[in-house]
Amino acid sequence: MTLASQLPALQVVVPLLTAPIAAAMRPRDLAWLVTCAASLTAFAIAVALTAGALQGPADTSLRYDMGGWPAPFGIALVIDSLSALVLLVITGSSTLALLAGRRAMALDIEPHRQPLFYAAWLTALAGLCGITITGDAFNIFVFMEISSLATYVIIAAGPERRALTSVFKYLITGTVGATFYLIGVGLIYMMTGTLNLEDMELRIAEAPSRGPVLAAAGFITVGLALKAAVFPLHVWLPNAYAYAPHTVTAFIAACSTKVALYVLLRFDFMVLQANLPEHAAQFAGYLLPLALAGILFGSSVALFETHLKRLLGYSSIAQIGYIVLGAAMLDRAGLTAATLHMFNHALAKGTLFLAVIALGLRLGQANLNLSNLWGVGRAMPWTMGAFTVAAASLVGIPGTAGFISKWYLVSAALQQGPWAVVLVGVILISSLLAVAYLWRVLEPAFFADSPATLSEPIAHQSWAPLVILWLAAAANVYFGLAPQLPVELASRAAAILTAGHGAAELLP
Amino acid sequence: MEILGHYHYWVFAVLLMIGFYALVAKQNLFKKMLGLSILQSAVFLLYITMAEREGGTAPIIQPGVADQLYSNPLPQVLILTAIVVGISTMALGLAIVVRIREEYGTIEDDEIRRMDRRP
Repeated sequence: MTLASQLPALQVVVPLLTAPIAAAMRPRDLAWLVTCAASLTAFAIAVALTAGALQGPADTSLRYDMGGWPAPFGIALVIDSLSALVLLVITGSSTLALLAGRRAMALDIEPHRQPLFYAAWLTALAGLCGITITGDAFNIFVFMEISSLATYVIIAAGPERRALTSVFKYLITGTVGATFYLIGVGLIYMMTGTLNLEDMELRIAEAPSRGPVLAAAGFITVGLALKAAVFPLHVWLPNAYAYAPHTVTAFIAACSTKVALYVLLRFDFMVLQANLPEHAAQFAGYLLPLALAGILFGSSVALFETHLKRLLGYSSIAQIGYIVLGAAMLDRAGLTAATLHMFNHALAKGTLFLAVIALGLRLGQANLNLSNLWGVGRAMPWTMGAFTVAAASLVGIPGTAGFISKWYLVSAALQQGPWAVVLVGVILISSLLAVAYLWRVLEPAFFADSPATLSEPIAHQSWAPLVILWLAAAANVYFGLAPQLPVELASRAAAILTAGHGAAELLP
Repeated sequence: MEILGHYHYWVFAVLLMIGFYALVAKQNLFKKMLGLSILQSAVFLLYITMAEREGGTAPIIQPGVADQLYSNPLPQVLILTAIVVGISTMALGLAIVVRIREEYGTIEDDEIRRMDRRP
């Protein structure tokens, strides 16, 4: 029993067991230090697991039987290229946000509550890792609720009272989503008698009747779409992002919706689609129009939004639309684009929200209306410089990570026969809208006169957020110029997702 | 008799809809939480009834009794976990409602929205 063979379990266990330790830590800087150490360890484990998943043929997956119980009876942990990619996103964004957000969190949260806040953060991290790594349908539900409950707590720590009302809305929507997922899993269990995802895939074919399985597919897809804020189930997202502490937004925005999308892909493609011939057409038939509508809706609303974080939140809804669009194409190219965009969007949006942390330190937590940002580019050139790089990545300027996934998405769309024109048209229009709404932030930031609020910084500027911010911005450029790692992971993930059902079906 | 024979599914569906109705239609945040609780109870019921077999007993192996029909214990174990999750959600939700009452002085959703719109 070597340490390396226990890494899959440690991925969840390290943050989960460090959470109570962080809660007990006084003074509070020690709690932050412990949390960072646990998050960094989790990131290192994710890197090691990714390296393991990349060895060997494309469908390599590492398996770990929890407690030594063999697979269909015990809970199996499965690490393949898809889960490795999501694990990298989760642990990476958590680590960067924690490192950059130390001062911001010290200002936002009452000192005696900070250790508990960090404990909740680690619990959320453990839950998200658990969802990604487990191969058991019910285990996914449990981890989903662990991560959601902890996420509600850290969002509610926001300084404005509207954080409470937005988190209440998130709690209601999130719980309904999880409950729908639970109903779906129950119906499938009724038909198959198993909870292990791979076992499920084999046994659905022998299910005595298709009806309950189709109903389950509906419940699971809708429930997870609620969690992933797929348009029109996105209403909880903009306010939850806007009123959370900035550091929490940087963490949540990068990974929580991606994890729900990951489960959606895994369930719909690996478990259901191979066995339900009707399912593929229905999946694409419902999700493709929603994805297109979401892309246009998110980008258009962002164009008129006056609050920076809400603007970025609506932009996230459009970006989730891109991921769903790629998935709804049902073929390998589309799924490669979708998984790749999960990675690249997390990178771009995470960097933008890291810049928001630095802005919040200078301008004050609550002053993030666009009118507060006038002239901020000249007062804080480094912060806004990194913001510009990440914005370029979000739009998809060549040389940045965002361009790579847009490129893959457009090439996948071009293979869709008569629909190609519509799909490519929507992607292009939305990219233009993205240029417009980001320009609304950048133009006054660099070219307008600064208001009085800028003259006196709220907090002493420290170098840590800037270094982390530029590290993230550099990653955007690096993965734009040398995209081998995410592309390799994404194409392997797409191969795994499509392995079950031979030739990809065309759009309805 | 097909319809009546599945009566527990009807109870599940009706409870689910009652919970959903409360979530959507009620303005009072506490009533919304109650709706959420009813919604979750409906799912608990779905799991518990699916494990039941006609003439089945508790899954305990007794010496000397062969071919005994047992109920499936696994869904009940699963739902025990889900009940715990439901209680935690309820506790957290109610705690947020209490905090909202402290900050806004009301737990009516429409009044809160009106207060938020005013700067």
